[in-house]
Amino acid sequence: MEHYNMNLTLKVWKQKNRNEKGRFETYQVKNISSEMSFLEMFDVLNEQLIAEGKEPIAFDHDCREGICGMCSMYINGRAHGPWHHTTTCQLHMREYKDGDTIVVEPWRANAFPVIKDLVVDREAFDRIIQAGGYVSVNTGNAVDANAIPIEKHEADESFASAACIGCGACVAACPNASAMLFVSAKVSHLAMLPQGDPERKTRVTNMIQQMDKEGFGSCTNIGACEAECPKGISLENIARLNREYIGSMTAGGSQNSI
Amino acid sequence: MALTGLFLILFLVVHCYVNAMIFWNDGGEKFTEAAHFMGTNVVIRITEIGLFAFLILHIVQGLKLWAKNRSGRSVRYEVSAGNATSKWYSRSMGILGTLILLFLVIHISAFWAPNRASQTMGNGELDLYGMMRDTFQNPIIVVIYLFGCISLAWHLVHGFYSAFQTLGLATNRYKGMIKAVGVGFSIIVPIIFALMPIAFFFHWIG
Repeated sequence: MEHYNMNLTLKVWKQKNRNEKGRFETYQVKNISSEMSFLEMFDVLNEQLIAEGKEPIAFDHDCREGICGMCSMYINGRAHGPWHHTTTCQLHMREYKDGDTIVVEPWRANAFPVIKDLVVDREAFDRIIQAGGYVSVNTGNAVDANAIPIEKHEADESFASAACIGCGACVAACPNASAMLFVSAKVSHLAMLPQGDPERKTRVTNMIQQMDKEGFGSCTNIGACEAECPKGISLENIARLNREYIGSMTAGGSQNSI
Repeated sequence: MALTGLFLILFLVVHCYVNAMIFWNDGGEKFTEAAHFMGTNVVIRITEIGLFAFLILHIVQGLKLWAKNRSGRSVRYEVSAGNATSKWYSRSMGILGTLILLFLVIHISAFWAPNRASQTMGNGELDLYGMMRDTFQNPIIVVIYLFGCISLAWHLVHGFYSAFQTLGLATNRYKGMIKAVGVGFSIIVPIIFALMPIAFFFHWIG
């Protein structure tokens, strides 16, 4: 593969805090290597800003291995940039050419308020998990992993749903700012396992109730979430969530007790 | 949205079947017979009230959904993904639905309303076949009907699949089939409807 350096124009969202209005700031970065990751390019820019005595751009990142889901950036209209099944940290600069202009925005959803620049508050997801995305177990020694036999197909499907890293790209990409793909993945991976079965009906009701309370939009089956999900969570999960929800309504699932 | 939508899809099937009787080209004999049954049968007339209720419910649900989903993102993106991650018609259900509603106002006031008014006033049913033949001599009306059918087709391409997905039925196993049937339905039914004004306009049927 050809190695090259490039100069870029970046239009980045700058916002001081939750309350103040944000705006775009334009930056020039020079000699960016095609081998750099997108976040490394931001590191270079921030070093440059610090050297110039300016405030660096705040952005979320942690593992830089495509696992943690922190690096929320909306790049030229795409959550985590244009690559399929990729987080921002795994997007590399070989995607871009010398002279390109790149617009970088934070996730935009009222349920994800901007804390600073590109950093958003995704605690709404935590509260949805707290509403039901768990299994209640007795404390004590960890149970042997294979104590309960689980059919291979079910285990695989559950695992595919559990691959969700809660990055919020689904909400960011959704024209309705809906959190259905996230909630459906979390409901699905527990609903398909025997450990999740006892709390199945209350879980789906409580998590959906919390999702609505957080101010996310409603799902209209557009499918942009699936297209942008770095972990390939499929719309099948949303169909399953809907089945679980309809099932819990017809069974008269109580909302507060197990 | 899904349940009312599916009911409206069922209505389209019946409406399309009855109106397609004009293609017998028998001077409207079979069509008038079917229209007479639809206009006078008690069960059908009661279902008709349900149809209007479901139509209004579908509109109200749609407006509420639109309002809620707009309020989910107050600050909009500077650059949006556009067609890279989703289909334009799946994002345009509200506008397509509004176009269909505008068409329906014209359509209902041209045929259904005068016919029912005449029945209520004791003047009996109108000659709907003759009305179609006369109305569709006007090219502007024919074009309006074609636009109505095109809006309906795009609304259905997403709506048909979406209804099944909302009901949790679009599993990996059936999703392909549902989408295929949906696309087929969205092409065939609006084309049959569109052929009605076209056939009268070009005097293929008389």
